[in-house]
Amino acid sequence: MAFKIIVCAKQVPDTSEVKIDPVKNTIMREGVPSILNHDDANALEEALKMKDQYPDTTVTVITMGPPQAKDMLLECLAMGADEGVLVSDRAVGGSDTWATSNVLAAAINKLGEFDLIFAGRQAIDGDTAQVGPQLAEKLDLPQVTYVAEFKIDPNMKDITVKRVLEDGYEMIKIKTPCILTAINELNVPRYMSIGGIYDAANKELKVWNAKDIAVDLNTVGLEASPTNVFRSFTPVPKGKGMMIEGDTQKDIAQNLLINLKAKHVI
Amino acid sequence: MNFSETKEQEFVRKMVREFAIEEVRPIAADIDKEHRFPTETVEKMSKYGLLGVPFPKELGGAGGDNVSYAITVEELSRECASTGVICSAHTSLCVWPIWAWGTDEQKQKYMIPLAKGEKLGAFGLTEPNAGSDAGGQQTRAVDMGDHWLLNGTKVFITNGGFADVFVIVAMTDKSKGTRGGISAFIIEKDFEGFAIGKTEDKMGICASSTTELIFQNCKVPKENLLGKVGEGFKVAMSTLDGGRIGIASQALGIAQGALDVTVEYLKTRKQFGKKLSKMQALQFDIAEMKTRIEASRLLIYKAADMKDKHLAYGPASAMAKLFAAETAMYVTTKAVQLHGGYGFIKDYPVERMMRDAKITEIYEGTSEVQKMVIAASVIGK
Repeated sequence: MAFKIIVCAKQVPDTSEVKIDPVKNTIMREGVPSILNHDDANALEEALKMKDQYPDTTVTVITMGPPQAKDMLLECLAMGADEGVLVSDRAVGGSDTWATSNVLAAAINKLGEFDLIFAGRQAIDGDTAQVGPQLAEKLDLPQVTYVAEFKIDPNMKDITVKRVLEDGYEMIKIKTPCILTAINELNVPRYMSIGGIYDAANKELKVWNAKDIAVDLNTVGLEASPTNVFRSFTPVPKGKGMMIEGDTQKDIAQNLLINLKAKHVI
Repeated sequence: MNFSETKEQEFVRKMVREFAIEEVRPIAADIDKEHRFPTETVEKMSKYGLLGVPFPKELGGAGGDNVSYAITVEELSRECASTGVICSAHTSLCVWPIWAWGTDEQKQKYMIPLAKGEKLGAFGLTEPNAGSDAGGQQTRAVDMGDHWLLNGTKVFITNGGFADVFVIVAMTDKSKGTRGGISAFIIEKDFEGFAIGKTEDKMGICASSTTELIFQNCKVPKENLLGKVGEGFKVAMSTLDGGRIGIASQALGIAQGALDVTVEYLKTRKQFGKKLSKMQALQFDIAEMKTRIEASRLLIYKAADMKDKHLAYGPASAMAKLFAAETAMYVTTKAVQLHGGYGFIKDYPVERMMRDAKITEIYEGTSEVQKMVIAASVIGK
């Protein structure tokens, strides 16, 4: 039986090139390239690795965004995904994480049966890490976040993952269907291939609006979003850190103590 | 008229750019210094379809076009000209003639693994006494009834030491001269009587392999004749027409790479209390470099587009190669100058780029030979 994976992805501004408008305190998006969100690329890579191992696996990438997010879906197809779905509608514009997960849950319900949903941990523009877990709640699925290792039993049911925490890790067993969110330690995403680029150009993307996915319009978009941004600002840059040097570890420790004492920290 | 890239071409550039930054840039200086052929990069290029860009999928290719192929060589060469020429010599000079001139059996046996990048290709025309003057061929192929027997030596063969399959040109009937007397053959590296000779120690593109090929009573199966007997000159000349798009793209990539790092340098280097990038005399150099690069790019894409449309593109590819090669030399020389003393030392990449640029004015037809081709197309022969 073909194993079906859904990958949730987001097209984001390349934050390494983003600047904040010093007057308006908003992101200056002009001329900033849009990219496939990094953690989502890891999510897709893990799905594609599974497809490499079990060729009858199908990988569907789903995203919510403006029409230009099609480019990101084409990139996913050029990397090896089978199908791309874009949910695009003015009615869902300005959605926060809660509203976004309502949209994605409705779209995934429309897609039908699946075995596994992979999402990235978080998007580099919002850094919330909320959509994956919210989606799990709304689809009533078990979830594991911060996945750094993934193994599936040949029975295609039992999954073992390593979940990375700040001070250690957990090994967790979970059964399909479930949602996993990927971190960059999980893998190194592949590039598009030249052949994949030309194949992708011949594939048709599914583009759905709010009506297509039968989502309750009172639960999506800016108005329905409970999150409000009060202020965005550029933090004052911290001073340069100090590198403490020494020939041996003992010297370094001593130099550290001298510095701490000099500053009356200890 | 349309001067914009297709979506596919745009994606090919994005993909090859990322690949070149991640996989090629980190080793470019080292492989140049060590004169080391980057087999690990070639394997990765194969995996992602970079060794069969302009060929149909059913024959092992990536299903792309010649503009995408030009972009591929350009973006590779922007980081490392040696890596660029490995791709160019393989694609234009070995896979292409088998695709254009080969029988169905030859395409199945040789082209598919070459276009997939499972095997690497090379092309042998040049001899100690015959380069662009193909009629001076001394390598002989004699029809022995059930096989051909090759004797002779080829020189300056790109990919020579690492190729699995070679397209080789040899004299089959000296009395008929260039037109009718020369034939082309497909040679496997393990054929009896075939050996790789001396590896050249070069000024630039040091990570590419340039060798002699030696044929001593090399037995070649009858079915490995490429094209008909006597068509070798046509095979070689049509191959070089396309090869010039590859080398022009390599030259363009070198020039673009040199401009990239020079602009970066001018923006950080301060002299007399201000950044070099604020000095108008140097800005004018950058403007001149950029304009020549852009003009090269248009000539190259035009030639590649003409090839895609099956138009006669020989003079167009000669003009592209002439202009792009001279631009590469101009831009890299300026780049070294704008770096001052730092440009002359090997810690900065412009020194390597200037050495790499020189060959683009020489191989696959010198600038002078390109002018012969261009002039003949204007004046007539």
